[in-house]
Amino acid sequence: MKKQHVPQDNSKSYQGQNKLLYAVDDNGHYEGVKSSGWEVESFATQLAVDDLNEQTEYALQQAHAGEVSPLAYHMLARRFDIASLSAATGFFQWQIKRHLRIAIFNKLNDKQLHRYCDTLKISRETLLSLPSQ
Amino acid sequence: MSIILSINHQQSSHCETGVVATLLQSKGIAMTEPMAFGLASALTFAYLPFVKISGMPLIAYRMPPKTIIKKVCKKLNINLETRKFSNPDAGMQALDDELSKGNLVGLQSSVYWLPYFPEDMRFHFNAHNLVVYGKNDNDEYLISDPVFEHPVTCRAQDLKNARFAKGALAAKGLMYVIRDVPENVNIAPIIKPAIKKTAKMMNGLILPYFGLKGIKHMANKIRALEGKPAKYTRLYLAHIVRMQEEIGTGGAGFRFMYASFLEQASKQTNTPLLLECAQHTTVVGDLWREFAMQAVKYCKKRSDVSLNDIALTLEHVAEQEAKLSQLLIKATK
Repeated sequence: MKKQHVPQDNSKSYQGQNKLLYAVDDNGHYEGVKSSGWEVESFATQLAVDDLNEQTEYALQQAHAGEVSPLAYHMLARRFDIASLSAATGFFQWQIKRHLRIAIFNKLNDKQLHRYCDTLKISRETLLSLPSQ
Repeated sequence: MSIILSINHQQSSHCETGVVATLLQSKGIAMTEPMAFGLASALTFAYLPFVKISGMPLIAYRMPPKTIIKKVCKKLNINLETRKFSNPDAGMQALDDELSKGNLVGLQSSVYWLPYFPEDMRFHFNAHNLVVYGKNDNDEYLISDPVFEHPVTCRAQDLKNARFAKGALAAKGLMYVIRDVPENVNIAPIIKPAIKKTAKMMNGLILPYFGLKGIKHMANKIRALEGKPAKYTRLYLAHIVRMQEEIGTGGAGFRFMYASFLEQASKQTNTPLLLECAQHTTVVGDLWREFAMQAVKYCKKRSDVSLNDIALTLEHVAEQEAKLSQLLIKATK
């Protein structure tokens, strides 16, 4: 990539930051060049972020409707999924799936709740409640 | 306590190579980011379907985390002390102790729990690297995070969360400090063996997920998206582009950084053929970017790009990487 072709697309996801790429100058030498973003990359980022936000929003609706436990929302709000939450809490995936059911979530003991609070870095009150829609 | 150690913060393309360059330079060794990358033979390709990131396969363009710092220090005979902690408070205390002794400290951390990262870039990746160079009176650490333009600060509690985040690749508070450096560090003799290793690795290991085979495997996976739900197809392609381009790769899956290394290698070993390799690596990097562009065009449904077209471009990338591998072997004979 030539230095003058380094994209400067002011990507929203960079929040005003620049990142460094290596590009070729007029004499054929490599040097670090700052880039404010690349439209192609930011489209891909945005697609993934939008999908996560959609899932989180849907989980919140479901939790408000009483179809899933608040954990379903808090997990996604902290950018976890069942696999990564399992790795971080030490619960098995099948256990987390059960904890997404309200009746079972309501029966969790303090120790179990604490494991979720500790991983998600939220208080017990927050874990047991939901933000308004 | 308030401590500010002297550090030459410079923005890098990638966290681990940036940390290695910063730490070695602080000991008077002329090390650049691309040189650290090349010496560690870090360039590769791996498509790992059994390691999932938000339900998608892990696609890596570099060797696993910690490879670079360990290999560079080993090859240059640098004494690097690494420590992990089971108790977070002990880990934070050890960090403070090193700072008060005047040592720059490298840390492995999660990206998600570092508040200075842009919101959309925060995800649960536990193998980020940074250098701590001090602490101020507001209980904030002074951090040289190589992928950022300027030094940043981070509250002690946040840094503790980031160092001790659990899950895949958990850092367990890993910190590293350079203890001893040999009087004369001679980089030139270890350059060619490192390049040779990369060239061999690109031809792939036995499994179909690595090197050229891995790239072709991914091309076939893209063809197989035909008939899958449109949403899944878009997310899958976007995932590949993110793995290749997003924060920490320097673009084109590290190919441009490797080209820069080859240019430096050519100079240091006085091997004109390596300059030719550098130029071809640029071609390969440009092709990866073209592949990303095509994939995103498909996601936008704005043109007549087909999945087969994208797969063909990727196979073209594989051919050019094969050629690069041959050129590298020729240049290091």
